[in-house]
Amino acid sequence: MTTFSALIVDDEPGMRLGAERILKDFRILLPDFGEEISFSTRTAATGGEALALLEAERPDLLLLDYKLPDVHGLEILSSSLRAKNNVLTVMITAYASLEVAINATKNGAFDFLAKPFTPEELTNTVRKAAEHLFLERKAQKLEAEKRQVRFQFVSVLAHELKSPLAAIENYLRIMAGRVSGDALAAYDSMIDRSLLRIDGMRKLIVDLLDLTHIESGQKARSPTLMSLRSLAEEALEKVRGEAESRNVALTLDCDAALTFFCDRGELEILISNLLTNAVKYNRDGGTVALALTAEGDGLRCECRDTGIGMTSEETAGLFKEFYRVKNAKTKNVPGSGLGLSIVKKIVDLYGGSIAVESVAGEGTTVRAVLKTAHGSTGLS
Amino acid sequence: MAPEILQGKETGMRNKEMGKTVLVVDDDADVLEQQKLILGNAGFRVVVCESRKEAEEYISGERPDISIVDLMMETSDAGFVLCHHLKKKYPDAPLIVFTSVSAETGIEFDAVTRDERAWIKADVLLHKPARPEQIVSEVNRLLRAGP
Repeated sequence: MTTFSALIVDDEPGMRLGAERILKDFRILLPDFGEEISFSTRTAATGGEALALLEAERPDLLLLDYKLPDVHGLEILSSSLRAKNNVLTVMITAYASLEVAINATKNGAFDFLAKPFTPEELTNTVRKAAEHLFLERKAQKLEAEKRQVRFQFVSVLAHELKSPLAAIENYLRIMAGRVSGDALAAYDSMIDRSLLRIDGMRKLIVDLLDLTHIESGQKARSPTLMSLRSLAEEALEKVRGEAESRNVALTLDCDAALTFFCDRGELEILISNLLTNAVKYNRDGGTVALALTAEGDGLRCECRDTGIGMTSEETAGLFKEFYRVKNAKTKNVPGSGLGLSIVKKIVDLYGGSIAVESVAGEGTTVRAVLKTAHGSTGLS
Repeated sequence: MAPEILQGKETGMRNKEMGKTVLVVDDDADVLEQQKLILGNAGFRVVVCESRKEAEEYISGERPDISIVDLMMETSDAGFVLCHHLKKKYPDAPLIVFTSVSAETGIEFDAVTRDERAWIKADVLLHKPARPEQIVSEVNRLLRAGP
Protein backbone atom coordinates (compact mmCIF):
# COMPACT_ATOMS: atom_id res chain seq x y z
CA MET A 1 0.00 0.00 0.00
CA THR A 2 1.35 3.35 -1.06
CA THR A 3 -0.15 6.56 0.19
CA PHE A 4 0.34 9.68 -1.84
CA SER A 5 -0.24 12.98 -0.15
CA ALA A 6 -2.30 15.44 -2.14
CA LEU A 7 -2.44 19.17 -1.53
CA ILE A 8 -5.66 20.75 -2.80
CA VAL A 9 -5.41 24.46 -3.38
CA ASP A 10 -8.60 26.30 -4.27
CA ASP A 11 -10.34 29.39 -2.97
CA GLU A 12 -13.79 27.80 -3.32
CA PRO A 13 -14.65 25.87 -0.11
CA GLY A 14 -17.00 23.56 -2.02
CA MET A 15 -14.25 22.57 -4.40
CA ARG A 16 -11.82 21.79 -1.62
CA LEU A 17 -14.36 19.78 0.32
CA GLY A 18 -15.56 17.89 -2.74
CA ALA A 19 -12.07 17.00 -3.95
CA GLU A 20 -11.02 15.95 -0.46
CA ARG A 21 -14.06 13.70 -0.08
CA ILE A 22 -13.50 12.05 -3.45
CA LEU A 23 -9.80 11.41 -2.86
CA LYS A 24 -10.35 10.07 0.65
CA ASP A 25 -12.01 6.90 -0.65
CA PHE A 26 -10.23 6.74 -3.97
CA ARG A 27 -8.00 3.70 -4.54
CA ILE A 28 -5.86 2.88 -7.52
CA LEU A 29 -4.96 -0.75 -8.04
CA LEU A 30 -1.70 -1.59 -9.74
CA PRO A 31 -1.94 -5.37 -10.11
CA ASP A 32 1.35 -5.56 -12.02
CA PHE A 33 3.15 -4.35 -8.94
CA GLY A 34 0.81 -5.81 -6.36
CA GLU A 35 0.28 -2.27 -5.15
CA GLU A 36 -2.65 -0.16 -4.10
CA ILE A 37 -2.45 3.59 -3.96
CA SER A 38 -4.53 5.67 -1.60
CA PHE A 39 -4.43 9.36 -0.78
CA SER A 40 -4.03 11.59 2.19
CA THR A 41 -5.13 15.19 1.72
CA ARG A 42 -4.41 18.67 2.93
CA THR A 43 -6.11 21.81 1.68
CA ALA A 44 -5.26 25.45 1.26
CA ALA A 45 -7.64 28.32 0.45
CA THR A 46 -5.05 30.87 -0.56
CA GLY A 47 -1.75 30.98 -2.35
CA GLY A 48 0.00 32.06 0.82
CA GLU A 49 -1.35 29.10 2.72
CA ALA A 50 -0.38 26.80 -0.14
CA LEU A 51 3.20 28.05 -0.16
CA ALA A 52 3.47 27.59 3.60
CA LEU A 53 2.16 24.02 3.36
CA LEU A 54 4.45 23.26 0.43
CA GLU A 55 7.34 24.51 2.50
CA ALA A 56 6.34 22.52 5.58
CA GLU A 57 5.93 19.18 3.86
CA ARG A 58 6.21 18.32 0.21
CA PRO A 59 3.08 16.68 -1.17
CA ASP A 60 3.23 14.08 -3.91
CA LEU A 61 0.36 15.61 -5.85
CA LEU A 62 -0.66 19.22 -6.08
CA LEU A 63 -4.18 20.05 -7.29
CA LEU A 64 -3.77 23.70 -7.94
CA ASP A 65 -6.30 26.33 -8.86
CA TYR A 66 -4.93 28.56 -11.57
CA LYS A 67 -6.63 31.66 -10.31
CA LEU A 68 -6.13 32.41 -6.63
CA PRO A 69 -6.93 35.63 -4.77
CA ASP A 70 -3.40 36.40 -3.61
CA VAL A 71 -0.66 34.49 -5.41
CA HIS A 72 -0.78 33.44 -9.04
CA GLY A 73 -1.07 29.67 -9.57
CA LEU A 74 1.94 29.70 -11.85
CA GLU A 75 4.08 31.08 -9.07
CA ILE A 76 3.09 28.23 -6.78
CA LEU A 77 3.71 25.83 -9.64
CA SER A 78 7.26 27.04 -10.08
CA SER A 79 7.86 26.79 -6.34
CA SER A 80 6.61 23.21 -6.33
CA LEU A 81 8.99 22.35 -9.15
CA ARG A 82 11.97 23.26 -7.04
CA ALA A 83 11.19 20.31 -4.80
CA LYS A 84 13.78 17.56 -4.78
CA ASN A 85 11.25 14.77 -4.84
CA ASN A 86 9.05 15.59 -7.79
CA VAL A 87 5.69 17.07 -6.99
CA LEU A 88 3.20 16.40 -9.76
CA THR A 89 0.91 19.32 -10.36
CA VAL A 90 -2.56 19.24 -11.90
CA MET A 91 -3.77 22.71 -12.77
CA ILE A 92 -7.43 23.41 -12.10
CA THR A 93 -8.96 26.27 -13.95
CA ALA A 94 -12.31 27.79 -14.65
CA TYR A 95 -10.84 29.57 -17.59
CA ALA A 96 -10.53 26.49 -19.67
CA SER A 97 -8.81 27.70 -22.69
CA LEU A 98 -6.17 25.97 -24.68
CA GLU A 99 -3.85 28.83 -23.92
CA VAL A 100 -4.05 28.40 -20.15
CA ALA A 101 -3.55 24.65 -20.46
CA ILE A 102 -0.53 25.07 -22.71
CA ASN A 103 0.90 27.71 -20.44
CA ALA A 104 0.51 25.53 -17.35
CA THR A 105 2.00 22.40 -18.93
CA LYS A 106 4.78 24.45 -20.48
CA ASN A 107 5.61 25.64 -16.98
CA GLY A 108 5.84 22.13 -15.65
CA ALA A 109 2.28 21.08 -14.73
CA PHE A 110 1.63 17.41 -15.40
CA ASP A 111 -1.97 17.88 -16.54
CA PHE A 112 -4.90 20.21 -16.26
CA LEU A 113 -8.53 19.95 -15.26
CA ALA A 114 -11.26 22.30 -16.41
CA LYS A 115 -13.92 23.53 -14.01
CA PRO A 116 -16.57 22.40 -13.60
CA PHE A 117 -15.53 18.75 -13.59
CA THR A 118 -17.26 15.55 -12.59
CA PRO A 119 -15.87 13.27 -9.88
CA GLU A 120 -14.90 10.84 -12.67
CA GLU A 121 -12.94 13.52 -14.44
CA LEU A 122 -11.10 14.27 -11.23
CA THR A 123 -10.33 10.64 -10.42
CA ASN A 124 -9.25 9.94 -14.01
CA THR A 125 -6.80 12.81 -13.95
CA VAL A 126 -5.53 11.91 -10.50
CA ARG A 127 -5.17 8.29 -11.57
CA LYS A 128 -3.01 9.26 -14.52
CA ALA A 129 -0.85 11.48 -12.35
CA ALA A 130 -0.52 8.93 -9.54
CA GLU A 131 0.42 6.13 -11.91
CA HIS A 132 2.98 8.35 -13.55
CA LEU A 133 4.44 9.29 -10.19
CA PHE A 134 4.51 5.70 -8.99
CA LEU A 135 6.37 4.48 -12.07
CA GLU A 136 8.75 7.39 -11.98
CA ARG A 137 9.68 6.74 -8.35
CA LYS A 138 9.99 3.01 -9.02
CA ALA A 139 12.38 3.73 -11.87
CA GLN A 140 14.39 6.11 -9.71
CA LYS A 141 14.70 3.49 -7.02
CA LEU A 142 15.82 0.81 -9.46
CA GLU A 143 18.33 3.20 -10.95
CA ALA A 144 19.73 3.96 -7.51
CA GLU A 145 19.99 0.26 -6.70
CA LYS A 146 21.74 -0.38 -10.00
CA ARG A 147 24.21 2.38 -9.26
CA GLN A 148 24.88 0.90 -5.84
CA VAL A 149 25.51 -2.57 -7.27
CA ARG A 150 27.81 -1.05 -9.86
CA PHE A 151 29.67 0.92 -7.23
CA GLN A 152 30.21 -2.17 -5.12
CA PHE A 153 31.41 -4.09 -8.15
CA VAL A 154 33.91 -1.40 -9.06
CA SER A 155 35.08 -1.16 -5.44
CA VAL A 156 35.85 -4.84 -5.25
CA LEU A 157 37.32 -4.79 -8.73
CA ALA A 158 39.72 -2.04 -7.70
CA HIS A 159 40.72 -4.13 -4.70
CA GLU A 160 41.32 -7.15 -6.92
CA LEU A 161 43.48 -5.10 -9.27
CA LYS A 162 45.43 -3.35 -6.55
CA SER A 163 46.27 -6.46 -4.55
CA PRO A 164 48.52 -8.06 -7.21
CA LEU A 165 50.12 -4.71 -7.92
CA ALA A 166 50.90 -4.24 -4.24
CA ALA A 167 52.32 -7.77 -4.01
CA ILE A 168 54.52 -7.31 -7.07
CA GLU A 169 55.64 -3.87 -5.94
CA ASN A 170 56.66 -5.24 -2.57
CA TYR A 171 58.63 -8.10 -4.09
CA LEU A 172 60.47 -5.56 -6.23
CA ARG A 173 61.19 -3.42 -3.16
CA ILE A 174 62.49 -6.45 -1.31
CA MET A 175 64.73 -7.22 -4.26
CA ALA A 176 65.81 -3.59 -4.62
CA GLY A 177 66.72 -3.55 -0.95
CA ARG A 178 68.65 -6.85 -1.36
CA VAL A 179 66.76 -8.06 1.69
CA SER A 180 67.80 -11.66 0.99
CA GLY A 181 71.36 -10.91 0.00
CA ASP A 182 73.11 -10.21 -3.29
CA ALA A 183 72.55 -13.54 -5.06
CA LEU A 184 69.73 -13.41 -7.58
CA ALA A 185 68.87 -17.05 -6.91
CA ALA A 186 67.56 -16.06 -3.48
CA TYR A 187 64.80 -14.15 -5.22
CA ASP A 188 63.64 -16.88 -7.62
CA SER A 189 60.43 -17.61 -5.77
CA MET A 190 59.61 -13.89 -5.63
CA ILE A 191 60.08 -13.62 -9.37
CA ASP A 192 57.88 -16.67 -9.93
CA ARG A 193 55.20 -15.31 -7.62
CA SER A 194 55.31 -11.92 -9.32
CA LEU A 195 54.88 -13.53 -12.73
CA LEU A 196 51.97 -15.56 -11.37
CA ARG A 197 50.28 -12.44 -10.01
CA ILE A 198 50.78 -10.64 -13.32
CA ASP A 199 49.23 -13.60 -15.09
CA GLY A 200 46.30 -13.53 -12.68
CA MET A 201 45.82 -9.85 -13.31
CA ARG A 202 45.81 -10.36 -17.06
CA LYS A 203 43.18 -13.08 -16.70
CA LEU A 204 41.08 -10.80 -14.55
CA ILE A 205 41.15 -8.20 -17.31
CA VAL A 206 40.14 -10.80 -19.91
CA ASP A 207 37.25 -11.96 -17.70
CA LEU A 208 36.24 -8.38 -17.19
CA LEU A 209 36.06 -7.86 -20.94
CA ASP A 210 33.96 -11.02 -21.28
CA LEU A 211 31.63 -9.76 -18.60
CA THR A 212 31.32 -6.40 -20.30
CA HIS A 213 30.65 -8.11 -23.62
CA ILE A 214 27.83 -10.13 -22.08
CA GLU A 215 26.36 -7.20 -20.20
CA SER A 216 26.41 -5.01 -23.29
CA GLY A 217 23.15 -6.73 -24.17
CA GLN A 218 21.29 -7.73 -27.27
CA LYS A 219 22.92 -5.42 -29.74
CA ALA A 220 26.28 -7.12 -29.44
CA ARG A 221 24.83 -10.59 -29.91
CA SER A 222 24.75 -12.40 -33.20
CA PRO A 223 23.22 -15.82 -32.75
CA THR A 224 23.63 -18.31 -35.60
CA LEU A 225 23.13 -22.03 -35.91
CA MET A 226 26.41 -23.39 -34.53
CA SER A 227 27.94 -26.80 -34.88
CA LEU A 228 29.03 -27.52 -31.34
CA ARG A 229 31.56 -30.27 -31.83
CA SER A 230 34.22 -28.05 -33.36
CA LEU A 231 33.49 -25.27 -30.88
CA ALA A 232 33.99 -27.67 -27.97
CA GLU A 233 37.16 -29.09 -29.51
CA GLU A 234 38.62 -25.61 -29.80
CA ALA A 235 37.79 -24.88 -26.18
CA LEU A 236 39.48 -28.11 -25.14
CA GLU A 237 42.57 -27.18 -27.16
CA LYS A 238 42.92 -24.00 -25.13
CA VAL A 239 43.20 -25.82 -21.81
CA ARG A 240 45.17 -28.81 -23.15
CA GLY A 241 48.56 -27.32 -22.29
CA GLU A 242 47.74 -26.82 -18.65
CA ALA A 243 45.93 -30.15 -18.44
CA GLU A 244 48.87 -32.06 -19.90
CA SER A 245 51.32 -30.40 -17.56
CA ARG A 246 49.41 -31.95 -14.71
CA ASN A 247 48.48 -35.19 -16.46
CA VAL A 248 44.81 -34.37 -16.46
CA ALA A 249 42.94 -36.32 -19.15
CA LEU A 250 40.33 -34.45 -21.22
CA THR A 251 37.38 -36.21 -22.83
CA LEU A 252 34.59 -34.92 -25.03
CA ASP A 253 31.19 -36.39 -25.61
CA CYS A 254 29.44 -34.45 -28.35
CA ASP A 255 27.57 -35.71 -31.39
CA ALA A 256 29.17 -34.44 -34.59
CA ALA A 257 25.74 -33.43 -35.84
CA LEU A 258 24.75 -31.49 -32.72
CA THR A 259 23.80 -27.90 -33.48
CA PHE A 260 22.41 -25.07 -31.39
CA PHE A 261 21.23 -21.57 -32.24
CA CYS A 262 23.54 -19.37 -30.22
CA ASP A 263 26.10 -16.61 -30.16
CA ARG A 264 29.48 -18.18 -30.79
CA GLY A 265 31.37 -15.89 -28.43
CA GLU A 266 29.01 -16.58 -25.55
CA LEU A 267 29.19 -20.35 -25.94
CA GLU A 268 32.98 -20.20 -26.21
CA ILE A 269 33.22 -18.23 -22.99
CA LEU A 270 30.81 -20.56 -21.22
CA ILE A 271 32.57 -23.77 -22.20
CA SER A 272 36.06 -22.34 -21.67
CA ASN A 273 35.23 -21.12 -18.20
CA LEU A 274 33.82 -24.47 -17.16
CA LEU A 275 36.84 -26.30 -18.57
CA THR A 276 39.34 -23.88 -17.03
CA ASN A 277 37.84 -24.42 -13.58
CA ALA A 278 37.70 -28.18 -14.04
CA VAL A 279 41.41 -28.27 -14.95
CA LYS A 280 42.57 -25.69 -12.41
CA TYR A 281 40.85 -27.29 -9.47
CA ASN A 282 41.77 -30.84 -10.47
CA ARG A 283 44.31 -33.19 -8.99
CA ASP A 284 47.35 -34.43 -10.86
CA GLY A 285 46.37 -37.38 -13.03
CA GLY A 286 42.66 -36.54 -12.83
CA THR A 287 40.08 -36.30 -15.59
CA VAL A 288 37.77 -33.70 -17.06
CA ALA A 289 34.76 -34.90 -19.02
CA LEU A 290 32.83 -32.45 -21.14
CA ALA A 291 29.47 -33.59 -22.52
CA LEU A 292 27.21 -31.58 -24.80
CA THR A 293 23.82 -33.04 -25.60
CA ALA A 294 20.50 -31.83 -26.94
CA GLU A 295 17.80 -31.36 -24.36
CA GLY A 296 14.50 -30.68 -26.07
CA ASP A 297 15.14 -27.66 -28.24
CA GLY A 298 17.88 -26.61 -25.88
CA LEU A 299 21.39 -27.62 -25.01
CA ARG A 300 22.76 -29.43 -22.03
CA CYS A 301 26.36 -28.76 -21.19
CA GLU A 302 27.92 -30.85 -18.49
CA CYS A 303 31.46 -30.61 -17.19
CA ARG A 304 32.58 -33.27 -14.74
CA ASP A 305 35.93 -33.29 -13.00
CA THR A 306 37.76 -35.47 -10.52
CA GLY A 307 39.15 -32.45 -8.75
CA ILE A 308 39.40 -31.18 -5.23
CA GLY A 309 35.65 -30.62 -4.97
CA MET A 310 33.92 -28.32 -2.54
CA THR A 311 31.95 -28.48 0.66
CA SER A 312 28.32 -27.35 0.53
CA GLU A 313 29.42 -24.27 2.42
CA GLU A 314 31.93 -23.47 -0.30
CA THR A 315 29.49 -24.01 -3.18
CA ALA A 316 26.97 -21.60 -1.70
CA GLY A 317 28.50 -18.38 -3.03
CA LEU A 318 29.83 -19.85 -6.24
CA PHE A 319 28.04 -17.57 -8.71
CA LYS A 320 28.74 -14.34 -6.88
CA GLU A 321 31.16 -11.93 -8.48
CA PHE A 322 34.70 -12.16 -7.13
CA TYR A 323 33.80 -15.19 -5.03
CA ARG A 324 36.67 -17.60 -4.62
CA VAL A 325 36.88 -20.75 -2.57
CA LYS A 326 39.72 -20.24 -0.15
CA ASN A 327 41.39 -23.22 1.39
CA ALA A 328 44.80 -24.89 1.48
CA LYS A 329 44.19 -26.60 -1.86
CA THR A 330 43.15 -23.48 -3.73
CA LYS A 331 45.87 -21.32 -2.25
CA ASN A 332 48.10 -21.36 -5.31
CA VAL A 333 45.36 -21.51 -7.91
CA PRO A 334 45.08 -18.17 -9.66
CA GLY A 335 41.67 -16.88 -10.63
CA SER A 336 39.59 -13.76 -10.95
CA GLY A 337 36.52 -14.99 -9.12
CA LEU A 338 34.47 -13.92 -12.12
CA GLY A 339 34.42 -17.15 -14.17
CA LEU A 340 31.24 -18.69 -12.85
CA SER A 341 29.36 -15.43 -12.52
CA ILE A 342 30.07 -14.95 -16.23
CA VAL A 343 28.80 -18.47 -16.90
CA LYS A 344 25.67 -17.73 -14.91
CA LYS A 345 25.03 -14.54 -16.86
CA ILE A 346 25.30 -16.42 -20.17
CA VAL A 347 22.95 -19.13 -18.91
CA ASP A 348 20.48 -16.39 -17.96
CA LEU A 349 20.69 -14.92 -21.46
CA TYR A 350 19.50 -18.29 -22.75
CA GLY A 351 16.72 -18.57 -20.19
CA GLY A 352 18.48 -21.61 -18.80
CA SER A 353 19.52 -23.03 -15.49
CA ILE A 354 22.73 -24.12 -13.87
CA ALA A 355 23.43 -26.59 -11.12
CA VAL A 356 26.56 -27.65 -9.30
CA GLU A 357 27.15 -30.96 -7.61
CA SER A 358 30.31 -31.32 -5.65
CA VAL A 359 31.90 -33.62 -3.13
CA ALA A 360 34.97 -32.34 -1.31
CA GLY A 361 37.97 -34.42 -2.30
CA GLU A 362 36.15 -36.22 -5.11
CA GLY A 363 35.16 -33.72 -7.75
CA THR A 364 32.64 -31.33 -9.16
CA THR A 365 30.01 -31.50 -11.87
CA VAL A 366 28.59 -28.34 -13.35
CA ARG A 367 25.48 -28.76 -15.46
CA ALA A 368 24.16 -25.89 -17.53
CA VAL A 369 20.98 -26.17 -19.55
CA LEU A 370 20.41 -23.50 -22.19
CA LYS A 371 17.00 -22.98 -23.76
CA THR A 372 17.07 -20.43 -26.55
CA ALA A 373 19.27 -17.53 -27.53
CA HIS A 374 16.26 -15.33 -26.91
CA GLY A 375 15.52 -16.85 -23.56
CA SER A 376 15.94 -13.62 -21.71
CA THR A 377 13.18 -11.07 -21.76
CA GLY A 378 15.52 -8.48 -20.35
CA LEU A 379 13.24 -8.02 -17.36
CA SER A 380 14.62 -10.72 -15.14
CA MET B 1 44.97 -24.70 8.92
CA ALA B 2 47.49 -24.01 11.65
CA PRO B 3 49.26 -20.72 11.54
CA GLU B 4 52.79 -20.77 10.27
CA ILE B 5 55.39 -19.61 12.72
CA LEU B 6 58.72 -18.25 11.66
CA GLN B 7 61.45 -17.74 14.18
CA GLY B 8 63.14 -14.43 13.54
CA LYS B 9 66.73 -14.43 12.49
CA GLU B 10 69.20 -11.88 13.66
CA THR B 11 70.51 -9.67 10.95
CA GLY B 12 72.32 -6.38 10.92
CA MET B 13 71.69 -3.95 13.67
CA ARG B 14 70.60 -5.31 17.01
CA ASN B 15 67.02 -4.58 17.73
CA LYS B 16 65.75 -4.13 21.25
CA GLU B 17 62.31 -5.48 20.36
CA MET B 18 63.82 -8.54 18.72
CA GLY B 19 62.20 -11.86 19.42
CA LYS B 20 58.79 -10.37 20.03
CA THR B 21 55.87 -12.01 18.27
CA VAL B 22 54.20 -10.26 15.35
CA LEU B 23 50.91 -11.72 14.22
CA VAL B 24 50.23 -11.04 10.54
CA VAL B 25 46.74 -11.76 9.21
CA ASP B 26 46.13 -11.41 5.49
CA ASP B 27 44.38 -13.48 2.84
CA ASP B 28 47.03 -12.63 0.27
CA ALA B 29 49.69 -15.35 0.40
CA ASP B 30 52.27 -12.99 -1.08
CA VAL B 31 51.73 -10.37 1.58
CA LEU B 32 52.31 -13.06 4.21
CA GLU B 33 55.45 -14.23 2.44
CA GLN B 34 56.76 -10.67 2.30
CA GLN B 35 55.98 -9.91 5.92
CA LYS B 36 57.68 -13.09 7.05
CA LEU B 37 60.79 -12.04 5.21
CA ILE B 38 60.74 -8.38 6.19
CA LEU B 39 59.84 -8.82 9.84
CA GLY B 40 61.80 -12.06 10.22
CA ASN B 41 64.89 -10.29 8.94
CA ALA B 42 64.32 -7.54 11.46
CA GLY B 43 64.50 -10.14 14.19
CA PHE B 44 60.86 -10.74 15.04
CA ARG B 45 59.06 -14.00 15.56
CA VAL B 46 56.41 -13.91 12.85
CA VAL B 47 53.12 -15.79 13.02
CA VAL B 48 51.06 -15.66 9.85
CA CYS B 49 47.38 -16.49 9.47
CA GLU B 50 45.47 -16.53 6.22
CA SER B 51 42.02 -15.81 7.55
CA ARG B 52 40.18 -14.28 10.42
CA LYS B 53 39.13 -17.77 11.49
CA GLU B 54 42.70 -18.98 11.70
CA ALA B 55 43.74 -15.87 13.60
CA GLU B 56 40.89 -16.22 16.09
CA GLU B 57 42.05 -19.74 16.85
CA TYR B 58 45.59 -18.57 17.38
CA ILE B 59 44.74 -15.65 19.65
CA SER B 60 42.48 -17.80 21.78
CA GLY B 61 45.63 -19.46 23.07
CA GLU B 62 48.44 -17.00 22.56
CA ARG B 63 49.04 -13.33 22.91
CA PRO B 64 50.90 -11.66 20.06
CA ASP B 65 53.02 -8.68 21.08
CA ILE B 66 51.70 -6.80 18.07
CA SER B 67 49.32 -7.61 15.20
CA ILE B 68 49.13 -6.52 11.58
CA VAL B 69 45.67 -7.15 10.16
CA ASP B 70 44.20 -6.88 6.66
CA LEU B 71 40.60 -5.68 6.42
CA MET B 72 38.98 -7.50 3.48
CA MET B 73 39.43 -11.24 3.93
CA GLU B 74 36.76 -13.97 4.02
CA THR B 75 34.18 -11.23 4.23
CA SER B 76 34.62 -7.54 3.64
CA ASP B 77 34.48 -6.84 7.37
CA ALA B 78 36.50 -9.81 8.63
CA GLY B 79 39.43 -7.57 9.56
CA PHE B 80 37.27 -5.17 11.54
CA VAL B 81 35.77 -8.02 13.53
CA LEU B 82 39.18 -9.50 14.21
CA CYS B 83 40.56 -6.13 15.32
CA HIS B 84 37.67 -5.79 17.70
CA HIS B 85 38.33 -9.21 19.23
CA LEU B 86 42.06 -8.59 19.42
CA LYS B 87 41.65 -5.31 21.28
CA LYS B 88 39.09 -6.83 23.59
CA LYS B 89 41.30 -9.75 24.51
CA TYR B 90 44.66 -7.99 24.49
CA PRO B 91 43.91 -4.28 24.98
CA ASP B 92 47.55 -3.35 25.44
CA ALA B 93 48.95 -5.17 22.40
CA PRO B 94 49.38 -2.68 19.57
CA LEU B 95 47.45 -3.22 16.37
CA ILE B 96 48.20 -2.14 12.81
CA VAL B 97 45.55 -2.25 10.11
CA PHE B 98 47.28 -2.96 6.82
CA THR B 99 44.92 -2.48 3.92
CA SER B 100 44.33 -1.23 0.42
CA VAL B 101 40.68 -0.58 1.19
CA SER B 102 40.42 3.18 1.42
CA ALA B 103 41.02 4.32 -2.10
CA GLU B 104 38.81 1.84 -3.89
CA THR B 105 35.72 2.46 -1.86
CA GLY B 106 36.12 6.16 -2.33
CA ILE B 107 35.67 6.39 1.40
CA GLU B 108 38.47 8.31 2.96
CA PHE B 109 39.18 6.71 6.21
CA ASP B 110 42.17 7.45 8.29
CA ALA B 111 43.07 6.67 11.83
CA VAL B 112 44.02 10.25 12.53
CA THR B 113 41.91 11.15 15.51
CA ARG B 114 41.59 9.21 18.71
CA ASP B 115 37.91 8.58 17.97
CA GLU B 116 38.65 7.11 14.59
CA ARG B 117 41.33 4.88 16.04
CA ALA B 118 38.93 3.70 18.68
CA TRP B 119 36.36 2.91 16.03
CA ILE B 120 38.73 1.01 13.79
CA LYS B 121 40.35 -0.51 16.89
CA ALA B 122 43.76 0.11 15.41
CA ASP B 123 46.71 2.11 16.59
CA VAL B 124 48.03 2.70 13.11
CA LEU B 125 46.59 2.44 9.65
CA LEU B 126 49.07 1.45 6.97
CA HIS B 127 48.12 1.55 3.32
CA LYS B 128 49.25 -1.12 0.91
CA PRO B 129 51.77 -1.19 -0.53
CA ALA B 130 54.11 -0.03 2.22
CA ARG B 131 57.89 0.05 2.10
CA PRO B 132 59.56 -2.74 4.09
CA GLU B 133 61.45 -0.24 6.25
CA GLN B 134 58.23 1.58 7.01
CA ILE B 135 56.57 -1.59 8.27
CA VAL B 136 59.55 -2.44 10.46
CA SER B 137 59.81 1.07 11.85
CA GLU B 138 56.08 1.23 12.70
CA VAL B 139 56.26 -2.13 14.47
CA ASN B 140 59.32 -1.00 16.43
CA ARG B 141 57.81 2.33 17.28
CA LEU B 142 54.57 0.82 18.59
CA LEU B 143 56.38 -1.83 20.61
CA ARG B 144 58.71 0.77 22.14
CA ALA B 145 55.82 3.11 22.90
CA GLY B 146 54.06 0.37 24.81
CA PRO B 147 50.35 0.45 25.56
